[in-house]
Amino acid sequence: MSRIKSTAELEALRKEILAQRDPDKPCITLCSGSACNATGSGKVAAALELEIEKQGVTTEVVSRRTGCHGFCEQGPIVVIYPQGICYLKVQPEDIAEIISETIKKKKIVERLLYVDPNTGETATLEEDIPFYKYQKRLVLGSNRKIDPKSLEDYLAVEGYQAIAKVLFEMTPEQVVGEVKDSKLRGRGGAGFPSGLKWDFARKAPGDQKYVVVNCDEGDPGAYMDRSVMEGNPFAVLEGLMIGAYAIGANEGYIYVRQEYPLAVANLTVAIEKAEEYGLLGKNILGSGFDFTIKVHRGAGAFICGEETSLLNSLEGKAGEPNARPPFPAIRGLWSKPTNINNVETWANIPMIINKGAAFFSAIGTESSKGTKIFSLVGKVNNTGLVEVPMGASLRDIIFKIGGGVPGDKKFKAVQTGGPSGGCLPDNLLDTKVDFDELSQAGAMMGSGGMIVMDEDTCLVDIARYFLAFLSDESCGKCTPCREGIRQMLKILTNMTKGLAKEGDIDLLFELAEATKGSSMCALGKTAPNPVLSTLKHFREEYEAHINEKRCPSLSCKELIAFHIEPEKCKGCGACFRKCPAEAIEGGKKRIHVVVQEKCTKCGGCHEACPAAFDAVNILSGVPVPEATPEEARAIG
Amino acid sequence: MSEISLQIDGKEVVASEGTTILEAARSLGIEIPTVCDHAQLSPYGACRICTVEAVSNGRTNLVASCQYPVEKDMVVRTKTEQIDKIRKVLLEQMLSHAPDSEQLVALGQIYGADRDRFEKEASFCILCGLCVRYCAEVKKKDAISFFDRGAKREIAFLPEIAMRECWDCKECFPLCPTSALQAAYVLTEALMTPAEADAPSCGGGCSSREGCG
Repeated sequence: MSRIKSTAELEALRKEILAQRDPDKPCITLCSGSACNATGSGKVAAALELEIEKQGVTTEVVSRRTGCHGFCEQGPIVVIYPQGICYLKVQPEDIAEIISETIKKKKIVERLLYVDPNTGETATLEEDIPFYKYQKRLVLGSNRKIDPKSLEDYLAVEGYQAIAKVLFEMTPEQVVGEVKDSKLRGRGGAGFPSGLKWDFARKAPGDQKYVVVNCDEGDPGAYMDRSVMEGNPFAVLEGLMIGAYAIGANEGYIYVRQEYPLAVANLTVAIEKAEEYGLLGKNILGSGFDFTIKVHRGAGAFICGEETSLLNSLEGKAGEPNARPPFPAIRGLWSKPTNINNVETWANIPMIINKGAAFFSAIGTESSKGTKIFSLVGKVNNTGLVEVPMGASLRDIIFKIGGGVPGDKKFKAVQTGGPSGGCLPDNLLDTKVDFDELSQAGAMMGSGGMIVMDEDTCLVDIARYFLAFLSDESCGKCTPCREGIRQMLKILTNMTKGLAKEGDIDLLFELAEATKGSSMCALGKTAPNPVLSTLKHFREEYEAHINEKRCPSLSCKELIAFHIEPEKCKGCGACFRKCPAEAIEGGKKRIHVVVQEKCTKCGGCHEACPAAFDAVNILSGVPVPEATPEEARAIG
Repeated sequence: MSEISLQIDGKEVVASEGTTILEAARSLGIEIPTVCDHAQLSPYGACRICTVEAVSNGRTNLVASCQYPVEKDMVVRTKTEQIDKIRKVLLEQMLSHAPDSEQLVALGQIYGADRDRFEKEASFCILCGLCVRYCAEVKKKDAISFFDRGAKREIAFLPEIAMRECWDCKECFPLCPTSALQAAYVLTEALMTPAEADAPSCGGGCSSREGCG
């Protein structure tokens, strides 16, 4: 392919691509994001290729391996267009039937459809599945339509239209103005107005400037940026290019985690393709604008998601923060003015240019505009990636889209904002997804992690878990972060082991205030959030751990004991057979007894005991009753 | 360089652009406690003892005065109840590592810090970085550096450089507010000094005089 030298050539190519594509021709798309790859998308793809050949439909059908569709719980996902028939958990052996039935006979393969676990109803089309129905997929939407390695596919969905418009119809000031008017706020966590950030970098004195993509997504359980980068890298490239033009940069860097091999692979191909077509490099579209991009793979430090640490790491230094000011917009990469935004922020830019600031700012709440992608994980039926308009309630996300909590368990809390976010209880479920509202509630938007917890989750232990994560991931440069987290973690660990002392809650508050108040960067300043939000909303759990050495969720192993109620035990031996530690004394027609000293508290006996007997209790905060004497254990 | 006027603890001061709050305060004779600050080194912001309250453009922030530049019409308070509490906790945290550091004990007395508040983890090093930065910035040798991160962060000499550079220098020793630095050096020295010929040895290059058994 030769370089595209003008917008006329770009539009001609787009026309040619679209002319070759029959919108009515069946197109089988197969999700090939990391999650579906893990559940066997690769084997399904091989079967698909083979079967299309075998059943002789090569000319009647198109197949495409796409980016992440989001419904990761149900992968691998196959969607057949133009109708949008959605098959879930598709295995290689299902492919023959999909082709012979759906493609050839236009019949639905019922057994592969979504069944609502609550109502039992099936949904044929993707848009009818509740998981998708309540979403607004402005950023993720293209993922399912395009092969992330195909520039032609991206052109077919209006790709590079925005950069053409920017280069020939807008001045850099107008581009910054458009982003300002859109009221887009950074999706990486802090929610700083993107247009303002661009304006600082644009106005900063200096001939050499840089733009940077932050794809160092490190929150446990979060993968929004990975899926955007894997599924639609061209949108990120186009957004970055628009930003570069706006601030006056000719070089861009993409900092992406080494642990995201597919994102790196797809991105690398996308850059090569863009260079080949002249959509990167010198004199793009004949406009005189030059732009090159380099990919830098991060070594897996959470702190490198913080912008100054990321820039240090990019320069080859240790990933540690610098004091701000000066902000990167004034003094960033190689001490030059730099605009750094998160993947999702960049991916929003082409849409804002194409559809206009007014379109974008019409979506959302007063202070938060557009959509936000969340990775909905934890104790929720439909785990996956969810994109909702700002202003959607947590309740709608968890219950309408997420399908609620699995089993008969009760919802307990939702953690938003990653490790430095907060846990909100059920009485705050009507909180709206909005930067300010979430912060006021004691949580935060963060980059979009959303972890649902049920009644079996101990919130003291959750706070301990996040502090342990932050203790490992703090760079250790400043005292309040390094030492404050160390001391808070010690206290929390003691609580979960029954070693807490009176006054520990006050000490936690004191440590939290020092860490929050005097740490150098956002990691330290927000590190106490898991402790503060759980103390605010679940203080009684802390008090139970301290005063009664009791874990109300019956989850902290050192505070619980398994006990078989002699009156209920029928001597069936189910628990005896299940116990991996040989900690149960049993025998035929004898009352079974847990030997506490040997018990590893795995919970196997509790699960094994037939529901009709329900003889195994989990005790916490009370002494374990004396074991029935050997001679009195015979039943009946 | 333009001149910037601001207020620190109620006193007006004019400072040139780029001056830190700490420098401006010192020009007024206002003492802000510091641990990791050093006249010959660029500000580092590790100990955070110099945290002050700064009101600028209607926003109140706690900032490290050693790094934060003065801003026009900024109002700075170097002592408040909140700041004193933070300094006390920070000193207690450092004292858990270096309970006998004279400098920390003296500062601790000012802020009422209890050196037994937290369980002792006598690493002696409080990671102020004075040695690391002095070696890098002034001596330009990089013979000592930070290793690992988070709670596991520590300082260590790089034996290959240390055996060449440190013997005749040791200028970092008096900078150390605790005894950690000497200990780290003694350890490095022991590791790089070959075993004496008459000492029993395991023959495997081990320098232990007792042999490694």
